[in-house]
Amino acid sequence: MRNPSRPPLSPEAAAVLNATGLSRRTLMRGLFAGGAFIATGGALAACGTKPAKKNEAEKAACTATDVSATEKKLNFSNWPLYVDVDEKDEKKRPTLDAFTAKTGIAVTYNEDVNDNNEFFGKVRNQLQACQSIDRDIMVLTDWMASRVVGLGWVQSFDNTKTPNFTKNALATLKNRAWDKDMKFAAPWQSGLTGIAYNAKATKEVRTIDELLTRADLKGKVAVLSEMRDTVGLILMSQGKDPGTVSDAEFDAALEKLKKAVDSGQIRKFTGNDYKEDLNKGDIAACIAWSGDVIQLSAENEDVKFVTPESGLMLWSDNILIPSTATHKANVEQLIDYYYDPKVAAELAAYVNYICPVQGAQDEMQKLDPDLASNPLIFPDSATLAKTKSFKALTEDEDKKFSAKFEAISGA
Amino acid sequence: MSALGHVGGSTGTPAKLEKPRKRWLPYLLLLPGGLWLILFFAVPAIQLFATSLYDPSGSLEEGYAMTWQFSNYADAASEYLPHFMRSLGYAALTTVICLLLGYPLAYAIALKGGRWKNLLLICVIAPFFTSFLIRTLAWKVILSDNGWVVTTLDALHVPLPDGRLLATTPAVIAGLVYNFLPFMVLPLYASLEKLDPRLLEAAGDLYARPVARFTRVALPLSMPGVVAGTLLTFIPAAGDYINAQLLGTNRQYMIGNVIQSKFLRVGDYPNAAALSFTLMAAILVLVFVYVRRAGTDEVL
Repeated sequence: MRNPSRPPLSPEAAAVLNATGLSRRTLMRGLFAGGAFIATGGALAACGTKPAKKNEAEKAACTATDVSATEKKLNFSNWPLYVDVDEKDEKKRPTLDAFTAKTGIAVTYNEDVNDNNEFFGKVRNQLQACQSIDRDIMVLTDWMASRVVGLGWVQSFDNTKTPNFTKNALATLKNRAWDKDMKFAAPWQSGLTGIAYNAKATKEVRTIDELLTRADLKGKVAVLSEMRDTVGLILMSQGKDPGTVSDAEFDAALEKLKKAVDSGQIRKFTGNDYKEDLNKGDIAACIAWSGDVIQLSAENEDVKFVTPESGLMLWSDNILIPSTATHKANVEQLIDYYYDPKVAAELAAYVNYICPVQGAQDEMQKLDPDLASNPLIFPDSATLAKTKSFKALTEDEDKKFSAKFEAISGA
Repeated sequence: MSALGHVGGSTGTPAKLEKPRKRWLPYLLLLPGGLWLILFFAVPAIQLFATSLYDPSGSLEEGYAMTWQFSNYADAASEYLPHFMRSLGYAALTTVICLLLGYPLAYAIALKGGRWKNLLLICVIAPFFTSFLIRTLAWKVILSDNGWVVTTLDALHVPLPDGRLLATTPAVIAGLVYNFLPFMVLPLYASLEKLDPRLLEAAGDLYARPVARFTRVALPLSMPGVVAGTLLTFIPAAGDYINAQLLGTNRQYMIGNVIQSKFLRVGDYPNAAALSFTLMAAILVLVFVYVRRAGTDEVL
């Protein structure tokens, strides 16, 4: 590539290049690359990004064609410990298998939701760009579900195809502000957030204060990376209502959390992955979800769930159909199936979360009377009186609160 | 430097040797790699750079406006300076430990390995047959509070930070060293393998003691391997976040953890992009200075 006709460098230029250790060629190359970089960057950047929120027309254009009639299958993304598993064969899931036998719809079941933010981060670019995420069902907690519904990234389902759902959903779940017509989200399970501990590793933990300050728990405590769960419980321990939290109250709760992080009391912020560490005893006590702990305690009796004296957080996880899903009618069949009280009781008997289906308690009476009277699965009014839900945050509040929380938990 | 020499004496270069019609051939050969680089490196890098200048008050829902917000860089650097320093510190420590462990290993394999050479090399690479994530998760089990390592150390009255190994700084460094050691050993091996043992014999004949033989013959000749190995270890280690996440606590979190959380959890794209770019720039500068000082044309 040598060019013999190139004029020799002036002595000054050569001296400069020599001093910097650059050859003319590298210098030119660098300048050229830099220029091209900045020019393209400028062209690209001037646009910024468009809002991710989809209007009705965009939503319609984005919605995939339903091929359920020809393809008898669906892909299901759910949280771990959220479906019944055969005691002898862990690969068998009785209620799902029965669904397949009944309808001929094959279900690919993935336990790939560990944390709402994490899952949202994983799929949001595709959903925003109307690309398939290869899932027909994703299960997300109320606040994230309402966000995704607000973004217009989900399909509405046809209520005439889900009579069990409209009939049997618990009254408290029928009239939610972000889904008044029950068209977008069907609660899979509801649940409670409280404290769990491993009796082999520590003695009983009764309050959030103990969890965050007791000396013998130092370095053996985990709290959830879900802001609403962790901060909600701390707020209650300070006598505040998470449902009406103000900026100052939120900051005060974070201050308490930060102290526990800085002192080394808190070892980790976890998603659903706390279950292994709690089971092993690496984590002696943590903030945990009711059903998980009851399931774990079936195998390891040292693991115990505690209702903190100050109260519990109540939430629901919801079935949503992403706009790009291609098996909507199959999902509708699944929703209807799981809102049959008999099936719901069977599922609840295994996952031990709060069953969102009316009539399931009577069915449970036949399956297992003990479970039918368990207030963590069928909460009585005394238990419900101890629960609170987190305030529905505006986008600004959410951003502000999340950033503050992440500054303590994520970094 | 060599380019300067050719500039000075370029008047009489024999251009006739090049056949003009073949001139496009090298460019053609560069084409696939070049396109790949443009598509998967240059374009994303520019996009990332643009993102780092968006108005941070925007959001995914409402969109981001381009406001050439250079203050994002100042914000990112001031708020997360400790994480930057920690990342670079951990990466430097990891590199040093890898070098101390890897050099004797590579030396032994290359010069004393004999017919076991290939087998030994396979042993070095063997962990790569399993995924990075699974290997790190395995360490979580090994270092667990109730695992045999901790119980044994306890029985021997070895003092541990906070009475545990998992979720401590040593665990994170150990994880980094374990995961990046092969990146150090392989380039070292490659350059030591080329070392002619007769040179060492000759040094001995000239009355060089073993130490001098190593420092004045073997080490200088293996410098390309040392430079390549340190770069291959330092660069990915500085950007790693898996080890800190699985084996550490949030007091061990590195800049990679912050970037991951900003991108995937908070959704603060502009700041995350600014942090990524700052990390790239910091590493680039460090590597540039290092390579200039180590001065090995053979590597770069």
